[in-house]
Amino acid sequence: MDAINLTETIDTDFIKEVAKESGENPSLCYQCGNCTAGCPYTHFFDYPVSMVMRLLQTGQKETILTSKAIWLCATCETCTTRCPCNIDVAHIMDTLRIMARREGKVSEKDIRLFYDTFLSSMRQFGRIYEVGLLLSYNLKSGHLMADADLGPKVLSRGKIHFLPKKIKGAGEVAKIFERFEGKSDRHG
Amino acid sequence: MRVGVFICHCGNNIAGTVDVAKVAEETRKIPGVAYATTYMYTCSEPGQEEIKEAIKREKLDRIVVAACSPRMHELTFRRTIEKAGLNRYFFEMANIREHVSWIGENRELNTKKAIEAVRMAVAKVMQNKPLYSSSFKINKRVLVIGGGVAGMQAALDCADGGLEVVLVEKSPSVGGMMARLDKTFPTVDCSICILGPKMVDVAQHEKIKLYAFSEIEDIKGYVGNYQIKIKKKATYVDWSKCTGCGACMEKCPSKNAYDAFNFGVAPTRAINIPFPQAIPKKAKIDPKYCRQFTKGKCGVCAKICPTKAINYEMVDEIVTEEVGAIIVATGYSLIDMEKLPEYGGGKYPDVISGIQYERLLNASGPTAGHIVRPSDHEEPKTIVFVSCAGSRDKSIGIPYCSNFCCMYIAKQAILTKDHIPDSQSYVFYMDIRSPGKGYDEFTRRAQEEYGVHYIRGRVSRIYPKGKKMVVRGADTLLGTQVEIEADLVVLGTAVVANSDAAHMAEKLHISYDTSGFYVESHPKLRPVETNTSGVFLAGACQGPKDIPASVGQGSAAASKVQALFSKDMLESDPAIARVNINTCVGCLKCVSTCPFQAIKDKELKDGRVVADVIETVCAGCGVCTSTCPCGAIQLQHFTDNQLLAEVNALCQM
Repeated sequence: MDAINLTETIDTDFIKEVAKESGENPSLCYQCGNCTAGCPYTHFFDYPVSMVMRLLQTGQKETILTSKAIWLCATCETCTTRCPCNIDVAHIMDTLRIMARREGKVSEKDIRLFYDTFLSSMRQFGRIYEVGLLLSYNLKSGHLMADADLGPKVLSRGKIHFLPKKIKGAGEVAKIFERFEGKSDRHG
Repeated sequence: MRVGVFICHCGNNIAGTVDVAKVAEETRKIPGVAYATTYMYTCSEPGQEEIKEAIKREKLDRIVVAACSPRMHELTFRRTIEKAGLNRYFFEMANIREHVSWIGENRELNTKKAIEAVRMAVAKVMQNKPLYSSSFKINKRVLVIGGGVAGMQAALDCADGGLEVVLVEKSPSVGGMMARLDKTFPTVDCSICILGPKMVDVAQHEKIKLYAFSEIEDIKGYVGNYQIKIKKKATYVDWSKCTGCGACMEKCPSKNAYDAFNFGVAPTRAINIPFPQAIPKKAKIDPKYCRQFTKGKCGVCAKICPTKAINYEMVDEIVTEEVGAIIVATGYSLIDMEKLPEYGGGKYPDVISGIQYERLLNASGPTAGHIVRPSDHEEPKTIVFVSCAGSRDKSIGIPYCSNFCCMYIAKQAILTKDHIPDSQSYVFYMDIRSPGKGYDEFTRRAQEEYGVHYIRGRVSRIYPKGKKMVVRGADTLLGTQVEIEADLVVLGTAVVANSDAAHMAEKLHISYDTSGFYVESHPKLRPVETNTSGVFLAGACQGPKDIPASVGQGSAAASKVQALFSKDMLESDPAIARVNINTCVGCLKCVSTCPFQAIKDKELKDGRVVADVIETVCAGCGVCTSTCPCGAIQLQHFTDNQLLAEVNALCQM
């Protein structure tokens, strides 16, 4: 790794923005590494969680927003539970994903696609229509056969159904989306 | 009445944000003020001279100094005006630094507020009455609470200086935590070898009266004259007959008693002597485990005792001691491992605390100094130490560093290698804190000479896998998770205040912080004093500290007591409650609210009952004055009239 010129690259506004949007104070982190120690996905991350926190403390906006780690985070919240400084680390990761979208810096396009497909299914049916979601995601992502081997197993056990099931109040759920759309430019 | 007002610049501390010249100018307009001036440093020697000269030159009879908090310099200026011939209570301080200049940035508003503060002080000083101290005799005996290394040092230093000492220890032997340690860092001295002589001195010193297995029941009185009630807990063994031969312990059939001295590493007998070097070396019965108490029959120890010392009928006994000062050296406790469930301490036998490991290392411990796993008594080869187990963890309410764990972990890792040469130790740490003399070199030695692997990161989880304990943590320097299959895990558990620390503080009328540690009078300049005159602190009851710091404080507290006792008489503070017997209706509400039991009822010649303040006991807190329904009891120097004069001055502006 090249030397980071801190005088030029510490983006104080970015630190403040993350603090404001997440409601968490990144300075509370003293880099004990407990978040990384418990993280089930750290092996796939380009930067372990504690290092994401460190990059945040040093205002390395570009590196964080283009990182894979923030998208590979499964929001299991082990980091949040274990943090001795009471920082909601998972919520910071969430905030960083929103900011990456807004700035058009998403590194994991497929994961963004999955989120979008998931939400559009939710909007349409008021709940998840799994088969539709999978088909739509696989078609759009080009991973045509992703998880196809699981199909027979879950279908035979009645875990998912071919046809969508509508729920009561699907209209209300759709309205949540509409209401939120007004603010969508803020949330990417 | 001619009031003189001296307004201090305090360098830039006050003059930086207060227009002191303007304050002086406005002050001169206040009726009664004969003289007002400003000075760069009023507390300096020339500053005090200026006050004395002005008193003579301007014929001043009341003085106000507008400067810092009265906590800093009230006494200084009271002495100054006394030297110039005024009664020391004809003095008031207006705090225009802590209350004005340091907290506000607006010069105009600050100046206005400073003027108001001065007006209030002038109004009060004009109402002040001369007050005179009386003097009383000091009882030159000292009570030391706690017989750990800090308390023993304090007791020995006092006793060597000729003072009579009453030492109260709640466990059956003196020695405290240090008596449990195997070696001490960074010299790897045998702990009991250096502590033992002190323990023997305590026992043999003719000036020290030791109450072991005893607790403080009640404290009454004030500096110079305390009455202490001590509860001697029942040991069920007559210590005047017990020779400490240990025959009872050997034959006792109840073999599963909890061993508090060994922190439960191994069980002990229901009748036991805590450790071979115990002082006093006497047996005591734990009735929770003794068959004579639980089943109503046994009596083995009574039969075996060669001196017939066993007495199952013994009850707690209360004794009273009178002393003039108190040194509090009650020490610390360690966090219960079960409060840290991710580490599995208390659930898995092979996850133990640092102090338990210390007992395993110790030759006089339950394994005679052989390191074995508690689960199967096999020798561990891979040992993991976890530092900051609970410390620096805000999420469980312990934000502070426990001070000495980094050092004892390095020591234990070194000793482990000495005991088991083919073993490998790992230390999970966040920061290595080793600021003492020779300390950092010691932690380096653990790594360089003994090959201890230090891993910078925390442990997230410990779980069993076959006979091993899997320790999963992070190495933040590598930026990865790491895993170690350990035979034994040692937690550097957080230092916490004793569970009864708050209760003891209330008995002593001293303050404690949010963590339960006792608060010293000043963090830099009065480290062993408390805000209660006559009560001093030593050791870890004030905050986590290691042996040299505790010993230093023990000696420091002893020297403070010596200084206090260097006089035969103490002056009482005349700013105490007084009863006006003409208006007192004898309801005696004040008697029940007084936190110091300083008020009694008194019958007058005409048969009327009124309240009466015991001058030397009253602490001047003022609770009685707000209780009294008819304003008959008044706190001198803070009477209703004096305080209302201040309020009036403020409301007129």
